[in-house]
Amino acid sequence: MWIKSSVVAIIAVFLPVAAHAQGASADDPMSLQADDGQWALPAKNYSATRFSTLNKITPENVKNLKVAWSMSTGTNQGHEGAPLVVGTTMYVHSSYPNHVYAVDLTKEGGTILWKYTPKQDARAVPVACCDLVHRGLNYAKGKILMITLDAQVIALDAKTGKELWKVKNGDPSKGETMTGAGLVVKDKFIVGISGGEFGVRGHVTAYDINSGKKIWRAYSTGPDEELLLAADFNAANPQYGQKGQGTSTWQGDAWKRGGGTTWGWYSYDPTLNLFYYSTGNPGTWNADQRPGDNKWSMTLWARDPDTGMAHWGYQMTPHDSWDYDGVNESILADLTIDGKKVPALVHFDRNGFAYTVNRTNGTLLVAEPFVAVNWAKSIDKKTGRPVEDFSKRTKQGVVTKDICPNAMGGKDQQPAAFSPKTGLFYVPTNNMCMDYEATEVKYTAGAPYVGANVLMKAGPGGQLGELIAWDATTGKKAWGIKEKQPCWSGVLATTTDVVFYGTMDGWFKAIHAKTGKLLWKHKVGSGIIGAPMTFLGPNKKQYVAVYSGVGGWFGAPVSQDLPSNDPYAALGAVGLAYKNGLDKDTTKGGMVYVFELE
Amino acid sequence: MTRSTILAGWLIIVPVLLGACTTPAQAGEVKELRVCGDPNNLPFSNEKLEGIENKIADVIAADLGMTVTYTWWPHQRGLVKRVLNTGRCDVMLGIPKGYDAVLWSKPYYRTGYVLAYRKDRGLKVRSLDDPQLKKLKIGVQVNTPPHDALGQRGIVDNVVGYQLMFDSNFHAEDYPGKLVEDLIAGEVDVALVWGPIAGYFAKKKAAPIEIVLLEDRPESGNRFAFDISMGVKKSNKELKGKLEDALARKHDEIRHILEDFGVPLLPPAEEKAHNKSAP
Repeated sequence: MWIKSSVVAIIAVFLPVAAHAQGASADDPMSLQADDGQWALPAKNYSATRFSTLNKITPENVKNLKVAWSMSTGTNQGHEGAPLVVGTTMYVHSSYPNHVYAVDLTKEGGTILWKYTPKQDARAVPVACCDLVHRGLNYAKGKILMITLDAQVIALDAKTGKELWKVKNGDPSKGETMTGAGLVVKDKFIVGISGGEFGVRGHVTAYDINSGKKIWRAYSTGPDEELLLAADFNAANPQYGQKGQGTSTWQGDAWKRGGGTTWGWYSYDPTLNLFYYSTGNPGTWNADQRPGDNKWSMTLWARDPDTGMAHWGYQMTPHDSWDYDGVNESILADLTIDGKKVPALVHFDRNGFAYTVNRTNGTLLVAEPFVAVNWAKSIDKKTGRPVEDFSKRTKQGVVTKDICPNAMGGKDQQPAAFSPKTGLFYVPTNNMCMDYEATEVKYTAGAPYVGANVLMKAGPGGQLGELIAWDATTGKKAWGIKEKQPCWSGVLATTTDVVFYGTMDGWFKAIHAKTGKLLWKHKVGSGIIGAPMTFLGPNKKQYVAVYSGVGGWFGAPVSQDLPSNDPYAALGAVGLAYKNGLDKDTTKGGMVYVFELE
Repeated sequence: MTRSTILAGWLIIVPVLLGACTTPAQAGEVKELRVCGDPNNLPFSNEKLEGIENKIADVIAADLGMTVTYTWWPHQRGLVKRVLNTGRCDVMLGIPKGYDAVLWSKPYYRTGYVLAYRKDRGLKVRSLDDPQLKKLKIGVQVNTPPHDALGQRGIVDNVVGYQLMFDSNFHAEDYPGKLVEDLIAGEVDVALVWGPIAGYFAKKKAAPIEIVLLEDRPESGNRFAFDISMGVKKSNKELKGKLEDALARKHDEIRHILEDFGVPLLPPAEEKAHNKSAP
C-alpha cells in the first residue's frame, strides 16, 4: 500500500517535468498523448480511449468533488468536445463564432492570457445542420490548430493567440461547413467537412501544420484516383468492395452529390501508421433516386496519414434510407477475442450496431446491436452486410412507422470511453425510434418541393437515453444507467474506476466503472453535450473539467429557442424534446466547469 | 400604471409623426410594404426590380397605399428564421401554400413542374411514364418532386442532377435557369423544371421549347402542382388579411404579369389545405 502510493506520486510529479525536458520533440501530440497530466488531444490520446491514469480522484473520495472555478464561453449554442490542457494553459473553445480562450492555470480561478475569435462568413449559420457546434481544438508544436463553422482551417500561436496561417477548406454558400475537431498526425492537420443534407461531397484533407499547404485530399465518393485507394485496398476482405465502386454503386452522376461527409472524431495507430475515421449518409435524401450501395458513404476507413491512401474501407449501412450517419468515433484497443489478442477498433454506430473489427485490415469480428434495433436483424459476419427488415425501409410518400433507432441514431457524436482496466467501453446512447411520415411542402430559391417529416419518439421503456457498459469482445451489454434525456455527452474513464459523464438535463455524474453505481453528481448551469476531461494542475492536484451548454440536434430546440408548435422542426427534434420536458430541465448557455477535491 | 401610461403615449405620438411627413393614408397605418426579396434570382426577383415578384409587389403596394421597400436576402434556408421572423421584413412573395414556416395567404396563382424539350427534336413526350424517358438525357433539379418521380420509375442512369440549393449572392453559375439554357443548347434532351423558370427562360431566349405541365397525382406521391401564396410571420394576421384583399382586387393585373413572364398557369385548385397554426 505504502509502496504503491509512493510510486504513483513520483510518476505524477515527474511526468510533466520529463515531458518538458525532452524539448521540441515533447511538444508534439505523439509525446503529449502519453502524459496524463495534460490533455493535449481531442480524445486524450490517439487511440481515442478518453482514459486517464490520474488516480487522485477515487470512488471513495469523489463525493468531495466541488467546483474549483467556472467560466462562461460567451455563446449560447451547444458545446461539444473538451477543452485542452497543455503545460499550465487550458485552451477553451466555444460554439459559433468559435471563440478560443487561453486560460492560465497557475492563477487561482484561471485568468485569460488571450482570446481569439475568427472572422467568419455568416452565410455558414443558416446552412449548418443541427445547431452551431464545434468539437474542439488540436495542439501541436506550439500551435493551436482549429476549424471554423464557415470551413476555414486556422493555426494560432499557442502562446499569443496570433494567427499563423489560415486556409479555406470549403464554401459555406454551397452548404459546406465544419464542426469536427480534426486530428494532427505528425506534421499534418487532418480535417473533414459537414453538409451532407446539401449533397456536399465528403472528403478528408491534410494540411501542413507549419504552412497550411494542402498535402492531400481524399473524397468519400467518386473515381478511385480521388478516393485515393491503395494497391492493397480491401485485400483481406474483397467482399467489402473493390476499386471502381465509388462511382459504380451510384447511378449516373449522383456520386457528385454523394454526401459521405466526415464530421466525426478521428483516431490513429502509430504502429500501423493508419488513421481511422468514418463517413456520413449519402447525398440526395430520396433513396429511390440512388439505387445501389452508394459507396463509400457510411464507411469505416483506414488511411495512411502521409499519403491519404486507403488500405481498407468497410461500409456499415449500404444504401442508407434512415440518415444513420456513420461518423461516430472509432476507439482503438487491444482486446482478447476467442483467446487471441487482436488489435481491435470498436465503433458504436448510429445504425444501432456496435462493431469490433481488426484494425489492421478491417476484418469484422463482432457486430451486435447495443440499443433497440429493428431496421436490420443482424449483420452477416462473412459479407459484412446487414440482414435487413425491408418493411422498415423508408420511401418517399410512404408512411413507415416505428423505425428503431431514429435518425439521431443509437448514439450520435457523443464519444464513448474505454478502460483497459475493466476492459469495458462506456457508451452514451439514445433510446429513440421514429415514424417516417407523410410529406410536407418546403421551399427554396423560388421553387417548392416536398420533404419527408420525421416524428421522433421514445424507444422501448420510455426513457430517451442510457449510459451503457459494453464488452466489445462478445458484443454484450454489462449494465446500463437509464437517463430521462438522450445521453448526449462524452465519457471519461479513469484508472481508479471512476467514470464521468453528463446529461442533457444538466447533471454531471461520477459512477463506478465496475458496477455503474452512482458515486457523485452535480447540477451544472446548462445541459451537458460536451466530453469530460481530466488533468493535473500546476499544483499537482487532479482536476476534472467539462463543458456545459445544451444543444446539438436534440438540444437545438432549447439552444435556439425553437417554437414548440411545430413538432417536425429541427428535423423532428422539437416535438420530442418539448414532450420530454427538456425546456423545463435546462436552459442554454456555454460554460466550462472545473472540479477539484475539497 | 405609470409604465402603461407612458407606453400609451408613445403609441399615439409615433403614428402622428409618421403621418405628418407622408401622403394620403390615415394615421396609424403602416406605410411600407417591407418585402423579403431575393437579390438575384430571376424570373422571381432581383435588385433591379425586374422579377415577377417585384412587379406584383408594386401592384399590391400601390393598391394598399404603400411603398415597397426591400430587405435583400437569398431565398434560402434560414430566410424565415433569420430575416422574416426577426422583423427585418414582413412579406415573402411567391411561396407555396402549405409552406409551414410562415402564415400563408390565399393563393394568387397555381403552376407546376413541367417537362420541357426542344420542338425541333421531333419528340412527343407527354408524361413521365413515356418509355422514351428511359433513354433520353434528362436534366432535373435534385430532390424536387420530378426527381423523386423519376426514382420511383427506376429512371436514374440517364439523369443529370442540378443543384436545388442556390445562393444568389454567390455562385451565379448555379442559377436555376442553367438547366433551361442547357436544354436550349442541347446539353440535355429533356428538362424537368419548375414551370415559371422554364417559361421565363424559354421566352427570354425566344427558343422553340415545348412545355408540358406534368399531371398532378398527389395520391401516388407525384405532387407537381402548387398553389402560390404570399407568406408573412405567423403572428401577422393583419397583414395577411390586407394582402388577400389587395390580391383579390388586383387579380387581373397580376395575371397579366404572370403571363408576361411566361408562367404556365393552372386553374385554381379547390380549397383543401389549412394553415396549421391559424384558424
